[in-house]
Amino acid sequence: MIGWSGWGLAFKFIVFPGFLFSVVVGLVLTWVDRFVSARVQWRKGPPFYQPFADLLKLLLKQTIVPKGASKTIFLCAPILGMASMCITSVLLFYVNFNPQGSFVGDLIVLVYLFALPPLAIIIGASASRNPLSAVGASREMTLYFGYELPFLLAILVPVIKSGGAIRLGDLVTAQQAGGPFLYSVSGVIGALIVLASIQAKLGYVPFDMAEAEQEIMSGVFIEYSGVGLAMFKLMKAMMLFLLPLFLITMFWGGFADWWAIPKFLLIVVLIILIKNTNPRFRIDQALKFFWFLLGGFGILAVILAFSNL
Amino acid sequence: MSEEQKSTKSRRIVPIGPYHPLQEEPEFFKLIVEGEKVVDLEINLGYNHRGHEFISPELTYDQVPFLVERICGICSNSHPFATVLAIEDCAGIKPPARADYIRTVIQELERIHSHLLWLGLAGHFVGYNTVWMWAWKYREYVLQVFEMITGNRNHYAMNKPGGVRRDITREQIPEIEKAMDVVEKKVWMLTNAVLDDPVMRARLEGVGILTKEQAIAYATTGPTSRASGVPWDVRRDEPHAAYDLVPWDVIVFPEGDVLAKTKVRLLEMIESVRIIRECLKALPDGPIQARIDEIPPGEGIGRTEAPRGEVFHYIRSDGSNRPLRHKIRAPSFMNIASNVVAVRGGSIADAALTLAAVDPCYCCTERMAAFEDGKQKFTWQELLRLSWQKTERLKEKYGK
Repeated sequence: MIGWSGWGLAFKFIVFPGFLFSVVVGLVLTWVDRFVSARVQWRKGPPFYQPFADLLKLLLKQTIVPKGASKTIFLCAPILGMASMCITSVLLFYVNFNPQGSFVGDLIVLVYLFALPPLAIIIGASASRNPLSAVGASREMTLYFGYELPFLLAILVPVIKSGGAIRLGDLVTAQQAGGPFLYSVSGVIGALIVLASIQAKLGYVPFDMAEAEQEIMSGVFIEYSGVGLAMFKLMKAMMLFLLPLFLITMFWGGFADWWAIPKFLLIVVLIILIKNTNPRFRIDQALKFFWFLLGGFGILAVILAFSNL
Repeated sequence: MSEEQKSTKSRRIVPIGPYHPLQEEPEFFKLIVEGEKVVDLEINLGYNHRGHEFISPELTYDQVPFLVERICGICSNSHPFATVLAIEDCAGIKPPARADYIRTVIQELERIHSHLLWLGLAGHFVGYNTVWMWAWKYREYVLQVFEMITGNRNHYAMNKPGGVRRDITREQIPEIEKAMDVVEKKVWMLTNAVLDDPVMRARLEGVGILTKEQAIAYATTGPTSRASGVPWDVRRDEPHAAYDLVPWDVIVFPEGDVLAKTKVRLLEMIESVRIIRECLKALPDGPIQARIDEIPPGEGIGRTEAPRGEVFHYIRSDGSNRPLRHKIRAPSFMNIASNVVAVRGGSIADAALTLAAVDPCYCCTERMAAFEDGKQKFTWQELLRLSWQKTERLKEKYGK
């Protein structure tokens, strides 16, 4: 990130590829999600502008802060989550278009930034003082501890394969030179683990127990209304855009050419199909799934990556 | 602080109700939880007073089936079916054979559509919305058959004392059989999809276990008891209509968990298809209504197997054209109470599923409570006392 200054930096963060761009793409992807889900379920599905209309409606609604909630934290949590996603968007995009422009250790920064949305959700839900929110927050926390371990193990695979690079730019150039990391046993295992973690980070079935409208009435978001809820929805929409992008950057060669767009859509549709062909796990089952099953596979992938498989 | 106090302190209440967020009916389940674990359950029913048992004695025998049909939109054949059985029992007449067969067909069609509805809801409860949409799509075939035979998708108005209102014509039979072929194929498909899915199995197996002893102690009925290994089925135990004239099996599973309840319902649908096919094959010619000149003083009982269990109707007649007393007991009334033991020890996620697994029908059950200024007018005890007093009054008036 050399030479970014003043208006240019502001433009990058606010318009392209930061806030505005990722929000628009994210909302369109939310429509893709709703449309594909509808078609899988033999429904018609909404028109493409439906997520935008929903967002507009939410922005015009009153924001209610529950009595006894700690107001500042309750209202700051969505901002925290959304801001982290804006920064992520800028980092990820510039890496793909200008691999030399990134800084050393931006992979670690990205991992931390991706950890912020669940943190924001937990903070906001805990601040609302709703018992169902508390259940949701505890589930979100358990889930976070569950998927973070295999997730970290899985992203070790590209790091090892590229010879210890922790700069996203180096990972992308290594793949452009020697082929994507996905085309190997350890790469496939790692990518599948990241895919499952994406599902959990997005809070999609089978890992939507933090929201679980049927059990705890959308738990963590139960007290959010108006702008606060809109911001969380935007955050989720941006995550739907950025997490598959992250997967492609790490495992499938980044945005080297226009083939990246079908790849990206393929991953998004895969996520939506997983969402629509599974029931929800119980939280303890999800934890076991991530720690013992995917954790084991993660270690296997790391070992395979060390032995150049 | 003793251990007991400590554990009480960390308890919280997770409310489901007073208006169920998914089933959209009035009930109140107070889940008492420690963390994610459900330690106890309080069931609060009685938010809705509809006064069917009060209205019924003001109507003539021809109007009563119309009234009880509106108790529930899903088992809208079971209630009038049981009512006309009670009236016929009281009058001591038997409907013509053809009417018996038609009643059986309608009752089994209703079972299929009700079980498909439950399957969809169960899918929704575990977050599997695709199963929800698909099950309800296939339910549509059954509803179309209903519309063809009776003119209505729900509230079929087929039963009347002494027979049925509408006939199944010869042209309709192949249409019904065609629909049954589709339904059978789709039910098998859903059965395999549900039972082969490892995640689905993980969610349903061993969840909300109701043992055989508990099922008997709580007097559960229908699929809830049959999934706990209690082979009770009014259709077989007290044969009525054409149930003893066609071959079919009672589906029983001993496990008592939600998976067993699912399996019972799925396989019962297949049995229902079989019953319908056999009935249509053996459909005798003849009239569909018997003439009832008068209903003598006395009493009659009608029991039938609704999709959710045994429906019980009691009619007392004083010789006029109106019932003197009409008592209704819906299966969910018994089944919902068994949740107290089934839910204990599971997690909140399991509880939501277990509560739905008995296929509770609140509108069948919720017919007896009055609220005034947000306060319950009659508590359970008071209602009980009133009921006893009324029984005493009736005893005095009619002797015994």
